[in-house]
Amino acid sequence: MTVRDALNSALDEEMEKDDRVYILGEEVAQYDGAYKVTRGLWKKYGDKRVIDTPITEMGFAGIAVGSAMAGLRPVCEFMTFNFAMQAIDQVINSAAKTFYMSAGRVNVPIVFRGPNGAAAGVAAQHSQCFAAWYAHCPGLKVVSPYNSEDCKGLLKAAIRDPDPVVFLENELLYGVQYEMSDEALSKDFVLPIGKAHIARPGEHITLVAHSRAVEICLEAANELAGKGIEAEVINLRSIRPLDMDTINASIVKTNHLVTVEQGWPTCGVGAEILSRVMESETFYHLDQPAIRITGVDTPMPYTKSLEIAALPQPSDVIATVKKLLKAQ
Amino acid sequence: MVLSKNCASLLGRYFRNTLIPKTLSASYTSSQVHADVKLEWTQNLNFTGSSSLLIPSYRVLNQQGQIIKESEDPKLSDSVLEKMYKNMTLLNVIDKILYESQRQGRISFYMTNFGEEATHIGSAAALNEDDVVFGQYRETGVLLWRGFTLSELMDQCYGNCDDQGKGRQMPVHYGSKRLNFVTISSPLATQLPQAAGAAYALKGKNKIVICYFGEGAASEGDAHAAFNFAATLGCPVIFFCRNNGYAISTPSKEQYKGDGIAGRGPGYGINTLRVDGNDIFAVYNATKMAKEYAITENKPVLIEALTYRVGHHSTSDDSTKYRSVEEVQHWTATENPVNRLRLYLENKDLWNEDMEKQWHTESRKDILTAFDAAEKKSKPHWSELFNDVYQEIPDHIRKQMEEMQQHIEQYKDQYPIKAYSP
Ligand SMILES: Cc1ncc(C[n+]2csc(CCOP(=O)(O)OP(=O)(O)O)c2C)c(N)n1
Ligand SMILES: [Mg+2]
Repeated sequence: MTVRDALNSALDEEMEKDDRVYILGEEVAQYDGAYKVTRGLWKKYGDKRVIDTPITEMGFAGIAVGSAMAGLRPVCEFMTFNFAMQAIDQVINSAAKTFYMSAGRVNVPIVFRGPNGAAAGVAAQHSQCFAAWYAHCPGLKVVSPYNSEDCKGLLKAAIRDPDPVVFLENELLYGVQYEMSDEALSKDFVLPIGKAHIARPGEHITLVAHSRAVEICLEAANELAGKGIEAEVINLRSIRPLDMDTINASIVKTNHLVTVEQGWPTCGVGAEILSRVMESETFYHLDQPAIRITGVDTPMPYTKSLEIAALPQPSDVIATVKKLLKAQ
Repeated sequence: MVLSKNCASLLGRYFRNTLIPKTLSASYTSSQVHADVKLEWTQNLNFTGSSSLLIPSYRVLNQQGQIIKESEDPKLSDSVLEKMYKNMTLLNVIDKILYESQRQGRISFYMTNFGEEATHIGSAAALNEDDVVFGQYRETGVLLWRGFTLSELMDQCYGNCDDQGKGRQMPVHYGSKRLNFVTISSPLATQLPQAAGAAYALKGKNKIVICYFGEGAASEGDAHAAFNFAATLGCPVIFFCRNNGYAISTPSKEQYKGDGIAGRGPGYGINTLRVDGNDIFAVYNATKMAKEYAITENKPVLIEALTYRVGHHSTSDDSTKYRSVEEVQHWTATENPVNRLRLYLENKDLWNEDMEKQWHTESRKDILTAFDAAEKKSKPHWSELFNDVYQEIPDHIRKQMEEMQQHIEQYKDQYPIKAYSP
């Protein structure tokens, strides 16, 4: 099943289950969404449940927040998270903080979703990762799924969650097919927000990643296995809360840590993981300094060759691992 | 604090006198000034009606290319008329070739301008080169009018070593300091308040800013902020709305209610014009008048040009999914802005079939030459990845650059070094 279809079926199942759930955003209805994630839902649920909005992210994010306060469960699609910057005040100052500010009286059960992170050939303003931005803010939950199972199980969990969830998809993964277990095909399948997944077990080094970077780690791990290095790949799934238990347990086993992300290095997801390890007992289990592999600290260029150079590649992961393990 | 008895009674008298007037004069009841606006009082409770009076659309040329009312003929010189027509048709051929090239995977993205040629050329022709342009993305004709070369255009779309943008922006995100055209920015409507700000800075400098935007972008909060600021700060800016009927798949009628984009102007205290955007002379006259007014009065003007996006939104779109072939056909056949000017020129004996053929061949050849050259040029040097994040390269970026230098030095044969400019 493709990631797109997994997301689509999660939306469909939750809309069927709970009539408070509705979708709003630019082009989500008749057009099926800019990336076709809402395909067929407008036909099935009609104008009342799938709403095309005028082009104002701040406006429709505000409508979503208000309707969540009044008891609905909006799924607010941003055409991409780049445009969610226009709505940041509604997301942070309203959605994330209202429960706290109302002394627990008003919750905002809302999902902000859309493609995040580096896409292809769309340059600086359309290609960046917002995981660290949102993860910084208390009151939000931040999910960054990798494959189809992640997408289905986590989106369903996000829709059912009583708090606002920022759900970061990846444009380049929408069309990719991943296997789905029988369990994942069931309507009752949900994945818990805040639990990481060991995508590949290994004993020599821990690679921690989210979203598309998981794929990069898996490719690297494959190649490393040929050289006798068994890397354990952790798919974070959730950035806030961060599943440090899984990461710590893995480091205790492997004694080495590398984080991989497509976002920028400064105050990034990797930076957070490294400092939490540093502050814990796990630090004493490290044989070498932990290393972050991130996107280059510049805006994203358009030209393909430069774009490749700006993002972590499997070869970067392999080189770093070899250096850490002093392998040839 | 304790008020003296005297003072307290004074205050008491003051409040009594101002807040509870005992007698009102007759003229005071019928009109009053409130925040600089003259008020009329009424005793009848009536709604305003949900859409204001329809602002009429100004038109000079009819569909047969004839001037409807002689006094409105801008009487342009033959050479200006020819340049207008040639720019419009040149734009068409550029669009065809670059659209195709995206389909063939040679560039990653493209947006055509079909159907909106008159809004670009008509407005550009009414301004000077030192008037500053803030565009949205579908205004390539404005650049052509100002002399953006075919090479500059193709180099940008290919992001090659001669691209003035150093290969950092998506195709069609043109910019030219030389031509006072501010580089296109992807997030919608950000150019509107920026244009008001630029116009504020240019006040009294005998030039204006023109800011193009779509009717879809007009829904963004930035658009409303821009109108209000330009009006309150008295900014010499023309807000030029290309109302082309669609924002990707969303038709105008779902984008807003009321009397279109023009209907908003008076609400902000902005002088406003609505024109037939497929009539190049109407666009020209409106822009000219708007500029004169903006400069002499130091005030903004809003122009809503009614036109139609004949092509798909972009190469990522398939518009057959949400609109009928007949609808598109109507705008290509009956309302075609290029044909309308051509008919006018032919009526005046300034153009004919032979000239058309010759021009078509010549422009196609020039475009293909520039296109081929742009495709063959190498990519910007890899080190450009690190430049211009800051004015001065900070140490941590310099270090990364040096690491990359060493890495590439070491693994030369693993990288397509030849693809980059030296
Ligand atoms: C803030 C923001 N939201 C959404 C988009 C995606 N987007 C790009 S163009 C477009 C439609 C704009 O329509 P309109 O302003 O009418 O201009 P037109 O394409 O018709 O010329 C949308 C929604 C964007 N670029 N920026
Ligand atoms: Mg439009």
